[in-house]
Amino acid sequence: MYTERVMDHFNNPRNMGEVDHFNAEGTVGNAKCGDIMRITMRIEDGVIQDVKFKTFGCGAAVATSSMATEMVKGKPVEEALKLTNSAVVEALEGLPPAKIHCSVLAEEAVKAAIDDYQKRRQG
Amino acid sequence: MYVYCDNAATTPLSKQAYDAMLPWLETGYGNASSIYRLAREAKVALEGARKTVAGCLGVAPEEVYFTSGGTESDNWALKSGAELGGGERRHIVISAVEHHAVVNTAEYLSKKKGYTHTEAAADKDGLVSAEALQKALRPNTALVSVIAANNEIGTIQPIEELAGLTKEYDKKILFHTDAVQAAGHIPLPLNGDVDMLSMSAHKFGGPKGVGVLYIKNGVKLPPLLHGGGHERGRRSSTENVAGILGLAAALEYMTSNREAFAAKVTKLREMLIGGILSTVPYCKLTGHREKRLPGTASFIFAALEGESLVLRLDELGVAGSSGSACASGSLDPSHVLMAIGLPHETAHGSLRLTVSHTNTEEEMEFVIRAVAAAAERCRAISPLWDINRPAASFLPYFE
Repeated sequence: MYTERVMDHFNNPRNMGEVDHFNAEGTVGNAKCGDIMRITMRIEDGVIQDVKFKTFGCGAAVATSSMATEMVKGKPVEEALKLTNSAVVEALEGLPPAKIHCSVLAEEAVKAAIDDYQKRRQG
Repeated sequence: MYVYCDNAATTPLSKQAYDAMLPWLETGYGNASSIYRLAREAKVALEGARKTVAGCLGVAPEEVYFTSGGTESDNWALKSGAELGGGERRHIVISAVEHHAVVNTAEYLSKKKGYTHTEAAADKDGLVSAEALQKALRPNTALVSVIAANNEIGTIQPIEELAGLTKEYDKKILFHTDAVQAAGHIPLPLNGDVDMLSMSAHKFGGPKGVGVLYIKNGVKLPPLLHGGGHERGRRSSTENVAGILGLAAALEYMTSNREAFAAKVTKLREMLIGGILSTVPYCKLTGHREKRLPGTASFIFAALEGESLVLRLDELGVAGSSGSACASGSLDPSHVLMAIGLPHETAHGSLRLTVSHTNTEEEMEFVIRAVAAAAERCRAISPLWDINRPAASFLPYFE
């Protein structure tokens, strides 16, 4: 049911953990539904220098978090904000229909972290 | 090492079943309903298998009907049983811990066929009490269906007592039990008040795609499948001779070794339960501590998700399963785990390991180490796990 690419990201998750001295943090989902993603970033000069994730959820939830972090690492914030769930699905070479919501969560987690960073700057 | 620990999903085909099937796949291909010798030989073998199954169950051969498996048997019992209830009787009772084959059939009858259904509650161990069933019965109840042993947590129900209570309330109510997980592994509650019982061959070493519905003499259950009038007009479809021979041989093998296998399997299961509970923190057994299937060890873990755990275990060389939401494609965790009162977020972290007589103690030691390592990996990646303890929301259930 999962592609080789999904299994690769599940078995060898990229960017797993929490960024030291992060200045952006986003947590989305809820445990009741069985998925929670927490993404932390260190953003300097408008560029995502480091990004890490922690995920409670199924294989697809872990793989989409891993892929999403890989896709935004080193990118300017404006570019990271353009990340879509379908781009994450495509990069993973597909997800079963019932798992598409995991990719939506990954997109939301990235955006929530950036949103948090922008609020901190304004605050 | 790769350890298969998912025998409740399916069992490997036993040598006995394989040997019994082979002649009917090679040269004995005759249609058992035709009249020439090739067909007559198949018919004789088929009726021999029916006698073998009846002997194992302690029932009459004419009470044994072959089907395509547990799902068909359950559908037949519920849909035709409801139909037999007829005009006035438009109510069905099922338990809160049924397999989807019963749950979804009852829901179909409610949504599309003008019946209503009530679920008899289960307690925290998954047991359905006489009181819970009594509460669900109504004067217009047509049929009661209670699973003999649950597929997720292994709890064994007091079927004889529940069937007796049903008949005491109203002897016209039909009593059905889904014994798909029980058959071949524990004695079945037959020759009492049970009217119908479902079985599936591949859960006890037989082939997939063949099962049994036991229908007690005198119960005029209408057919579900209409056609050429096979199985004495009750279940049309050309007989699956090889499959039926495999089913009979597998059941005979399991029945004649049942006590020895149950003793061995219970010992292996207890190794797993003891080993896992003592090595993995914030983990609990689900289901009844004693009244459970010999081979079923089922757990719930704080701060991790079941599908992830099953995939990590697979990576480490163990096949197990989970009742997590992801298995069903919905966001809700298993209705069985919810029925036994698990908090919603906790119910996502289930693991079911089911042992057979072909497993070994060495394998159990391997599985215990794998489960501990897999749980640790899942938790290391979980935002709900903090170094050595789960998020506070899990604590009330685990402490």
